[in-house]
Amino acid sequence: MIPVMPFTADPAPATGSTGNVWNWDFAIEIFPAILRAFIEVTLLVTVVGTVIAALLGLVIAILLRVLPRPLAFVLRWAANFIRMTPLVVQLLVLYYGFTWMDPLTIGFIVFGIHYATYMSEVYRAGIDSVPKGQWEATKALSMSAGRTWRRVVIPQALRSTIPSLGNYAISMFKDTPFLFVISVAEMVRVAQTIGAQTFRYTEAITIAGLIFLAASYPTALLINRLEKRLAYAN
Amino acid sequence: MDWLEQQQQNFESLQNFGPRLWDGFLLTVQLTLLGAALAFVIAVILGLMGGSPKWWLRTPARIIIEFFRGTSLLVQLFWVYYVLPLFGLTLESPFTVGVIALGVNYGAYGAEAVRASMTSVASGQWEATVALSMSWTHKIRRVIFPQAWALMIPSLANLLVHLLKGSAIVYIVGLNDFNFELDQLRRVTSAWFSYAFVGLIGYFAFALALTQGMRLLEIRAKHRLGQGLSMREILSPAPKVPTSGIQPGGAS
Amino acid sequence: MPTPTDPEVPVIEFVDVQKSFGDNIVLKDLNFSVRRGERVTLIGPSGSGKTTILRLVMTLEELTGGYIFVDGEPLTHREKDGKRVAVSSKEQKKLRTRIGMVFQQFNLFPNMTVLENIIEAPIYVLGQSKAEATAKAHSLLEQVGLPDKADQHPLSLSGGQQQRVAIARALAMDPEILLLDEVTSALDPEVVGDVLNILRNVADTTNVTMLIVTHEMSFARDVSHKVMMFDGGRVIEEGAPEKIFSDPSHQRTQQFLSAVLGDA
Repeated sequence: MIPVMPFTADPAPATGSTGNVWNWDFAIEIFPAILRAFIEVTLLVTVVGTVIAALLGLVIAILLRVLPRPLAFVLRWAANFIRMTPLVVQLLVLYYGFTWMDPLTIGFIVFGIHYATYMSEVYRAGIDSVPKGQWEATKALSMSAGRTWRRVVIPQALRSTIPSLGNYAISMFKDTPFLFVISVAEMVRVAQTIGAQTFRYTEAITIAGLIFLAASYPTALLINRLEKRLAYAN
Repeated sequence: MDWLEQQQQNFESLQNFGPRLWDGFLLTVQLTLLGAALAFVIAVILGLMGGSPKWWLRTPARIIIEFFRGTSLLVQLFWVYYVLPLFGLTLESPFTVGVIALGVNYGAYGAEAVRASMTSVASGQWEATVALSMSWTHKIRRVIFPQAWALMIPSLANLLVHLLKGSAIVYIVGLNDFNFELDQLRRVTSAWFSYAFVGLIGYFAFALALTQGMRLLEIRAKHRLGQGLSMREILSPAPKVPTSGIQPGGAS
Repeated sequence: MPTPTDPEVPVIEFVDVQKSFGDNIVLKDLNFSVRRGERVTLIGPSGSGKTTILRLVMTLEELTGGYIFVDGEPLTHREKDGKRVAVSSKEQKKLRTRIGMVFQQFNLFPNMTVLENIIEAPIYVLGQSKAEATAKAHSLLEQVGLPDKADQHPLSLSGGQQQRVAIARALAMDPEILLLDEVTSALDPEVVGDVLNILRNVADTTNVTMLIVTHEMSFARDVSHKVMMFDGGRVIEEGAPEKIFSDPSHQRTQQFLSAVLGDA
């Protein structure tokens, strides 16, 4: 866990009066610590979580297609179960259930699995969009199942999934503050800790929010453009 | 102590905690439903503004929507909890704090669903309202929104489940909701028994109930637009499939 | 009810009308006028801008140049101190209630019954009482041959029936001008005759001004006082239907008519 440097707010703690709500000097002083938590924890969890989710999601999507019916049914409902229950509770299960495990690792695992269940749906739609003729062609060429997936289906399915996967990565990014409940020093926890130490919450919480906005909004715009371009290309 | 004995003890604790857990669960239900109600109102207002042809309505709506979508739920929860009181708005109960934070956050997401579904209503419908000289409020209220409603329900159902899942964080500002009571149960049993077994299943059951409820709403909304079967036809043991067209209200 | 104005003033007047979609000029310097009670049919190859004219009158498209007058009053823009100024939305609304339109795709509201479709605008736009609007709606349904369909859902009706309801809905507003935009193009051939007969009946029994875009040449010949042949965004020929259909002077008109009538 990353220790948060204790801040001593020399400005007087904010009381009821709005005149003292925002202090620029204090905001500038605490900004580096919050940004550091953003880069070292929030971004890290998002990147690792996205990689796990993207890979595992693909595995789930393929398994749902190739497993025998009863097993696919079980897998589908297991995925539904994970998707429809709170991340917060899932984090707490592993946090108290595997006390030997590093909380950050728990974060990687829970975010990875939780979002894999979302991403598997995206892949599924992508796989469904591959025309039936493509499958029939691989059959006519006597291609093996593995080769059919690797060389024909997945490359075609993947293209259209990229924007949706990106949107889920942004969702995951905005869910990372839930790590708060398992004491990971991600950005919002650091901000809240600063607030608790100095009795000034406004600057810290607002900075955390603005960093989220500054990171997620341009990314969302970028994905939006990619989506339009892909739609246009089709 | 063997496993069976352990489970016996767990279930005994569950029995002792039963009333508390149930109260917490009901609080989660209330938090979700009230948060969703507020979110819906915000979504409709911002969605209508966002889809308005007038820039001075559209621009502020866009900014508010992007702001609440772009900053995280927990940030907004802390903002309502720590910062709003500085502006003289002290919210006594953590429940209100939770409802507001959930309402604005998911309301902003919902606004996009409302706006998108209104633009998806066939252009001929919009043109017919012009040809009949309907005012903006009139056409939205009586023609466009009723049709957009059927289109937006699936997105709203998704958001409702997200909101329920998000509600599990509100306990950190001091609310004794389901998640909080699960923590109490965990202290005398185990994380697996309390969080995984009781907790996840409880949340899952509620989420399923919500999605099924939204499914019924969607069936009803579509039937009103003359698409699909009525609820009565679906629930009847031997559904009669009409041969030509669909009679409204299952009057036959 | 529309206020009767000087019979000498044209009901619709296009002055130097221009319409372009981006770089694509659809109408250029279009001038024509329609007298009160006159029924005018616009014919010409598809893409010649006929439908655009109706949509401009209904304010479904933005006018990019020139002026349109309804009852002598500017519909979208007026000239003021040599400049083209948009009219207020209030003025536009007042004129618009005098105009009704029947669409190719009917555009009935699926969230309302047939009756509700017809009485909605008379009650909420014209301020009629529910009883008054309902009585009128029933008589209109009678007129279009669907007296027993009032409580039906629009989508449970056939295309021809839906279009008849759409005609009733437009007439319920007591329009001074009725715009008919290829009203039979989306219908099965066997029901086209029914719909056209209803419109013939409306033409015979009322004094409503009609601006018609259609591919049904016999209908155009029967109901219209004037036929205008469009090509490339311009009127290349106009006149009485007898003249245009039997003795067109312009070569393009001859070609067009022999193409559309040839297989009849």
